[in-house]
Amino acid sequence: MLPWLIEVILFTVLIVAALVALGLRNLLAAVVTLNIFSFMSATIMVKLGAIDVAFTEAVVGAGAVGVINILAILLTSRKSAD
Amino acid sequence: MNEVNRDLLLRRHMEGPIVSPIVHVCCRGLAPFIQITGLYVFFHGHYSPGGGFQGGVLLAASIIMLRMSLGLADSQRIMPNRLPIPLAALGALIYAGTGLLAMLWGGSYLDYSFLPLPMLDPAMLRYVGILVIELGVTICVMSTLISIYDNLLGS
Amino acid sequence: MKAIHILVLASFAALLMVAAVHLPRRGDPNSPANRAENVLKGPVAGAYYIQNAYLDAKTPNMVTVILADYRGFDTLGETVVVFAGGVACLYLLRRRTS
Repeated sequence: MLPWLIEVILFTVLIVAALVALGLRNLLAAVVTLNIFSFMSATIMVKLGAIDVAFTEAVVGAGAVGVINILAILLTSRKSAD
Repeated sequence: MNEVNRDLLLRRHMEGPIVSPIVHVCCRGLAPFIQITGLYVFFHGHYSPGGGFQGGVLLAASIIMLRMSLGLADSQRIMPNRLPIPLAALGALIYAGTGLLAMLWGGSYLDYSFLPLPMLDPAMLRYVGILVIELGVTICVMSTLISIYDNLLGS
Repeated sequence: MKAIHILVLASFAALLMVAAVHLPRRGDPNSPANRAENVLKGPVAGAYYIQNAYLDAKTPNMVTVILADYRGFDTLGETVVVFAGGVACLYLLRRRTS
């Protein structure tokens, strides 16, 4: 099929996830959306042929940063102020 | 937010484990496989995507998962609380010490072909040197992430 | 004030789009990053790495050789930065209950 269609779909999900994460009031949902952003970014890296960068992005962006963000939310407040 | 809510939350996370048996069994059963995957990623970094950083983060993720499910008190046997910062320093020291060792034996800094290992040609010496510094990166990243988690919980 | 913000952001987006359109195509052998010699007929680092990575370190994964061997000092700095982040967290967040 069209070779660029998969990239268009991935970039669309990436941008939509970024915008949704900016707009959400519930911070826990925003962290999950950021994890979607990281995972889509890793998939785009796979499509571009950079497997090492994709692996790092998937492990760090979707794993460690998510845990630390959730921990910071648990320690402070769950709702966004603005 | 306020101090009372935060202290309650801290106490819940620090003392007792999570009560749900499903979460308990899943985390305890999954952790060894994540650790094996982390070690595979670290040791197989010469031949496939991966390396020290990714393997270290995977190892740290398994231990953080055990910390979250078992509670801080029961996971002390796997990784004691006072250990991560000295381990991180040890990892950075392994990396810098390898470079310094090559410099003492006549090469330039971080030139692994001058490492003092007998019966190896320079290409294999560089192979071994890459493995040693990846070990340092793995230890440093793993224990730094665990230490950040522990300090955020206020241990 | 808000109109100025939107104007600045829109002009920046237009600039980025113009730059992205004029990038060389991915995998183009004649782009400056992929050529074996630069405009002054000198050698390019990327071509050297691709040709000599396996011969120098007997490691099939070229990325590992570049990260840990050719650019080892860079990775040392990265490790030290991670360690410094951990130590900063220790001294900022440590709470002694006893």
